[in-house]
This record gives sequence, C-alpha cells and structure tokens, in this order.
Amino acid sequence: MADLTTNLAGIKSPNPFWLASAPPTNSGYQVMKAFDEGWGGAVWKTLGVPVVNVSSRYGSVNYRDKRMVGFNNIELITDRPLKDNLREIEEVKKYFPNNAVVASLMVETKEQWHQIVKDVQNAGADGIELNFGCPHGMCERGMGSAVGQEPAVLQTIVEWVMEVAKVPVIVKLTPNITDITEPALAAVKGKADAISLINTIQSLIGVDIDNFVPYPIVDGKSTNGGYCGPAVKPIALNMLKNCAQAPGMNLPISGIGGIENWRDTVEYMLLGATNVQICTAVMHFGFGIIRDLTSGLERYMDEKGFKTTAEMVGKALPNVKTWENLNLKYKVTASIDKDKCVECQLCYTACEDGAHQAIGLPKDGSRVPYIIEDNCVGCNLCSLVCPVEDCITMERRDDGKEHETWKEWMTEDKAPTTFDDDRAGGKHHWVPKPTDALKH
Amino acid sequence: MPEYNRPTTEEELKANFGQLKPLMNATMAYYESSRCLYCYDAPCVQACPTGIDIPLFIRQINNGNVDGAAKTIYDSNYFGNACGKVCPTSELCEGACVYNKQDVKPIEIGRLQSFATQQAMASNKQFFKPGRPNGKKIGIIGAGPAGISCACELRLLGYEVDIFEAKSKPSGLAVYGCAPYKITNKEIFEEMDYLQGQFGYTIHFNHPITTREQLDEMEITYDAIFLAIGLGATNTYNLAGVDLKNCIGATEFIAQLKIDPLNTIVGKKVVVIGGGNTAMDAASESARLGAEEVILAYRRSKEGMGAYPFEYVLAKGAGVKGVFSVSPVSVEGKSTVKGIKLIRTEEDEKGYLSNIEGSEFVVDCDMVILATGQSKKTKFLSMIEGLKIDKRGRIKINSNTGQTNNPMYFASGDAVNGGAEVVNACGEAKNSARSIHRILLKHGTMKKKDQE
Repeated sequence: MADLTTNLAGIKSPNPFWLASAPPTNSGYQVMKAFDEGWGGAVWKTLGVPVVNVSSRYGSVNYRDKRMVGFNNIELITDRPLKDNLREIEEVKKYFPNNAVVASLMVETKEQWHQIVKDVQNAGADGIELNFGCPHGMCERGMGSAVGQEPAVLQTIVEWVMEVAKVPVIVKLTPNITDITEPALAAVKGKADAISLINTIQSLIGVDIDNFVPYPIVDGKSTNGGYCGPAVKPIALNMLKNCAQAPGMNLPISGIGGIENWRDTVEYMLLGATNVQICTAVMHFGFGIIRDLTSGLERYMDEKGFKTTAEMVGKALPNVKTWENLNLKYKVTASIDKDKCVECQLCYTACEDGAHQAIGLPKDGSRVPYIIEDNCVGCNLCSLVCPVEDCITMERRDDGKEHETWKEWMTEDKAPTTFDDDRAGGKHHWVPKPTDALKH
Repeated sequence: MPEYNRPTTEEELKANFGQLKPLMNATMAYYESSRCLYCYDAPCVQACPTGIDIPLFIRQINNGNVDGAAKTIYDSNYFGNACGKVCPTSELCEGACVYNKQDVKPIEIGRLQSFATQQAMASNKQFFKPGRPNGKKIGIIGAGPAGISCACELRLLGYEVDIFEAKSKPSGLAVYGCAPYKITNKEIFEEMDYLQGQFGYTIHFNHPITTREQLDEMEITYDAIFLAIGLGATNTYNLAGVDLKNCIGATEFIAQLKIDPLNTIVGKKVVVIGGGNTAMDAASESARLGAEEVILAYRRSKEGMGAYPFEYVLAKGAGVKGVFSVSPVSVEGKSTVKGIKLIRTEEDEKGYLSNIEGSEFVVDCDMVILATGQSKKTKFLSMIEGLKIDKRGRIKINSNTGQTNNPMYFASGDAVNGGAEVVNACGEAKNSARSIHRILLKHGTMKKKDQE
C-alpha cells in the first residue's frame, strides 16, 4: 500500500493534499471540517491587517454545461481580526496535531512582518506562506503580486521574515510575470525553505453585454480579478516546470493551479511538485472530493510501484526539453478504428479546415472518414476532436533509428535559412490549389 | 382494472393524454444542447425530410440565441413546432444521431426544436414578411401541412395566395389526425395563427372544392393551382356490418376525439383493425379514453406491421393487447356492434396472405375501429383534365417540381405520397412552391384563358 505522507521542507502531512489559502480556509470551522474529512493540510486564508471586502466577488467561465472551468475573484485577504484567526489556529492544531497548518501572511512593514510571523508561530502554525501573488486589490497597496513582480523587493521581505522564522517558510509566487524563475531564485537567495505556485492570473472574466460592465459587477462597475480553476492548469504546469528545471533552484515546490483530481495531482508531482494545494475544486464540490483524491492517488502509486510520494516528484522533468532538441525524424500518423467510429466526421472537418487536408470522405456515400497518409503531418488534431474513446490513435511510422534535431541541423547547416529555402519543411508537402476551395 | 379511467373533466383528460414530448425548460434545453457534437454533414439533417440545419439550431440554443434557432428551423420547415412534437424522431433525426452508434442516448432533437419554436411563437417573433407583390395569384386546395407550407413559401416570393379549406380550422390532419398526447390543438392553432400573422395568405374555411364549376373558376382566376387535398375517409373494403352503430373509421374516430374529446364515445371493449401508425394511435387513444379492454387485430405478424416499433410500444404501454395473423370477416350485431368475426391467416414465403379455412372465431366487443387506411379522392381528381394517378390512386407528379400532368396543377402531401408524416408534406410542398415560382417565371402564367 502506497504511503501518502509528504514532507515539504520539514512540514509534514498525512497526504499531499492541502487546501490553498483562499475562502475554504477562512475559518477554523472550515479547516477542522476539512481535516475531519481527510485533508492533509491547509494554508490559512491570508492574515494581515484585516480588510473590507466588496459584495459580488466571483465570476466564472462555463464551457457549455460545465460550470466553473475557469474562476475569477476580487476578494481580498482575511477580513477577520488577527486574534480570532490565531485562536482558531491554536484550536485546530490541538485537535489535529498531525495535519499541516500553514499561515499565509501579507503585511507591509518590517515591523509588521516580524510581529505577525511571531504571532502565528506562537499559535502553533507548522509553517508560513508569504503571499506575494494576489493580482487584485492588495497589489494596488504595494503588496501581493506587486512584491512577486519585483524580485529584489521579494528577496528583502523574505530576509526580514527569515530573521524571526522558526518554522519553514514558503514563498508563494505570482504568475503575472514574464519569467517566473526570477522571483523563484530571489526566494532561494533570501533563504526561504520552499516556494509555491501559482497564485491567480490577472483576469477579466467576462462582460455583461447588456449593461457593458465586466463581471463581477459591483454597483455598475468592475475591476480585474485573479483567475484560477481547471483552465489555468496548463499555465501553472509550465511555470512549475520552469522553476523545477531552473539552475540554482534547490527548494521544494508546492504546486497550485486548477488541481481537481488525483490525475492532476500526479501530473504536478511528476513535474516537480512535492505536494499540491487545492481551492477552486473545493469551492465547487466541497471538501468531500478528498476521498476521490486519496483513493485515486493510492491506486496510481500502487499500480506504478511508487512506495512514497517523494519517489514520483520530478519523474517527468527529464522528458521536458527545449523545442530544438526534439527529434525531427519521429513520425506519427493518425489511424481511425472503423468499428468505433460514430461517423460524426468532426475529424474530417477539423483536418480539412483547421489543419492539413489529410482526411478524406468515401465517395460511395458511407461515412467513415479515411486518413490520406501522404498528407498527414501527425498533428494529433483529429484524435483530439474525436468524441469516441480510443477511436483515432496516432501510430508511429518511422523506424526509430534516426534521431536528428534542429539544434544539430543548425550546426550542420541543414536547416532552412532563407525565405525560399529548398529545405523548407512544407516544401514538398501537398496542398490543394486555392481555387479547389470553390469546387465544393 | 384498466390502465386509464374514463376522463370526465378537462383535467382528467389532460392527465390521460399527457404529452409524450413535453416542453423543455431552459435548463434542460441548455444541458441537452450542450451534448450535441456539431457533426459535419450531419446525419440528422440528412434524415430530416425538410433538411433543417439541426446542429446549427442546437448550437444557437446552447449559445443563448434561441430566436436565431427558431429562425433556422422555420427557414426549412414552417411547421417547426408541430414537427418537433409529432415527428417520429426516433425514426428520423434522432434515429440518425451518431451517438446511437456508441449506445449513447441520442440528442432529443424534437424537444429542442419545440423549445426554440415555442419561445419564438410566445413572443410573436416576426421572422418573415411577404415578398414584394409580383401580381400573380395561386389557388390552393386544402389547408393542411402541404397547403399551408406551400402558401407560406409562395407569399415569401410575392404571390397572392387563396386557400380553400373544407373544414372550419386550418392544419388538416395535424389537428384532426395527430394523437393528442403528441400535440395539443392549442399548440397547433397557435402555430397556424403565428404563420398567418407573418405571411398573410387568405384561407376560405368551410369552402370545399367539389365541382367542375368551382375548378373552372379557379382555373381562370389563378396563375397556378396547388392540390393539397390529402386523403379521404377510411377504407371499409365492403366489410359486412360496417354500418352498425359503434363501428367507426380510425380517421373519423381520431378527428372526433380531437374536436370534442369528452364527448367521444368509446366502448368498454374495443377491437382496432389494422397494423399501421393510425391503428396504434386509435388503440392507444381508446385505452386513454377509458376502454376496459383494447385489442389490436392485424392480419399479418407483429413484425409485419407498418407501424413504427415505438408506436406499438406506446400502445402496449397504454394497455393495448395485440392479436396477430387474423383478418376481419364481418362486424357482428343487430343495430350496434356486439362483436367481430375474425379468421386466422397464414403467410407464405413470398408474403402472400391466405385465410385458414374454418378458423373463424368471434371476439365479443362493443366497438370496432377500422384503421385500414384512408381512401384516395379519385372521384375529385378525375374532374381535373389530364391529371394522372397511379394504380394506388396517388397523384402522379414530376418528382423534381411537384407538377402534375396538367401543367396548371401542382400537388404534394398525402394525396401524392399515399399518406406519410406531417414533415413529408411540409418538405414536399415547400419544394413545389419553389417550382411553381420557377415555372411561372419562365411561362408567365398557367391560367386557362391565356393558354387558349
């Protein structure tokens, strides 16, 4: 049986599933309920000088009948007095000594940082997370992402914190930056114990087209928020990879962004996350999803033979390369399983209009499309639009003996360099005549 | 205990004849429309006799453009709402849905269609207006699905249109023939009003065309004439005893039920003769009117029935029992029906049917409904010079244009196809209307005096 316990820079928890600092960790009641249901840890909703929030705070992107594939909020940090939160942290720790309680913090001055770090340590927090990520509201006041976007400032504040920190310190990064490794490495320099990413992405979630106001609407006006939920996962995974592969990055990483199930969790861990933090999925489905998370992760680890979660961390990193190092001689083409095909012809129209005109339709009136091998560039599009499980698969066509990369071609002068270079990749690739489009 | 009690109030009637395809609410429509794959060259469209762009209207519903969806539907089929409800969708669009191939429930296209059209009707959205008057006049005989569809299309093209209807209400069999659990009269008439409000054709109700003199007058008044006459009364095949009280044709029984359901007489024990969709409707309706026992008697095997399988399932669900390979010999009784004499039949390899001698038996019953097909209006048709009909009494037309052998006359619907769905009549009539336009553009008019 797989061992789900994790250790992030010394913060131990019974499983890698933490609640991210957000509305689900607003109170001791919620954190206690989550632990009772099986969550491993919780990062408390960011503490600081309590704020005043607006009414109407969230918005979402729905994809057809699927709700909240993307989620946006303009809520600020905690609006509850510090002493109430501290008392509740203490109480939670009394009932759940083995679960991780991490205090997320966001204040302005050195004095405030020193004071609040001491306060949460005294309350029994197992760790501290520095919120350098919020891209709305707080950043206007010089905090949150305003710090995360200035590596030098970030490093200074981390140093202030480390002066008094007795528990591990995690630096939470903002994705609203061109190169996330810069603040990540600043955290290393400041001697933080771990980093976590990503915080939310600056966003306007949509517009009320009847009244010409973006959502969420506060008395006829709106403002940008922070974007999260399943839709942001690919962006977060890439930033995670960038940090995990960055030379000089030696801190463990807590992964955040669109995690909803055990599969997302495994993906994060394979790309270098020691544990994960979850928010939107809980705001959508409640704490109960923890049962699916743990059972799915356990089954996966047992099937793959991983005894501890640590064994999985970073397993996929060696397989993420720069484009110039990919094998140009690798060749796949699509293959359609006639028996599974439902004849929707989505593959045909996708390839015809959106790709390389490599799928044909039978002339005899039957409806199962066929692949035109010579035209298929192996782009995967048809297999992605196909609504049937395992109906269109990509089959390897090269013999696996050749391996040539763009990088090698550049040094060997094999790559196209002029506009009409004979070595253009598409030079010998068939395309229909423009006027053929009008024959239909 | 029968499946249904005799309904005595409007409420009970409504309960017994609950809608098979009730109106979707907005949430249902949203979820259902979300499932559509938006197939290329979609099989559902190919399966629709009117070629409605189904993936497009479903996508429009899903994207919050329900009026646009209704417009898409009406662009192809003027009976958009009626067809959504009465079409045998499991045999047509929904039967063709690609989801069936992976045993996934097909999209409920009919209900989505009605969801869109009912919203448009309720807000009286004006999608169409008559074309600029082109000075030409078309006479239409019959205000059923074919007649009305042809009228709408012709009005769009700028024609003046007069429809002559024998009955007092429009829509023909849509109202007089469609089972009440498929669509309510109210819904049908709403769509009729909605169409007339937009297209502005004239309907002369209670105005049957039955004489040569009337035809003469039409032939000098109109530039072309469109025959949308449908079919006639139920065929009785000279069966002995058909004149007894409580022996009735299915078409007549259903028409009465549709106009005055609470006063429609139904027996305690009803035998329905026939194996087509009308027989299923009549049997099911008898049960829903409170008949204690309803027997469906068909001369061939269960598999040989012309009815769609789902219609038989529906009838069985209402408590109807099937008896197969029996043919009617005579309706028994002195003044009213007391029973029906049946004879067992056998079918040879070629499908020829013969009676088994000496196998007659009488089934006691107090009502017999004959669902043995509708007669053709051959006598009326014989008054039209040059018009040809086939062996089965159907009007012969050029299948591309709908034009009959008398160039002034065009025809569509049941009188041509022998009796099919509302949707077939709508599709055919729309095509005929366009042909009338094309041909008149070329020839000016088909009027008699001009030709002479």
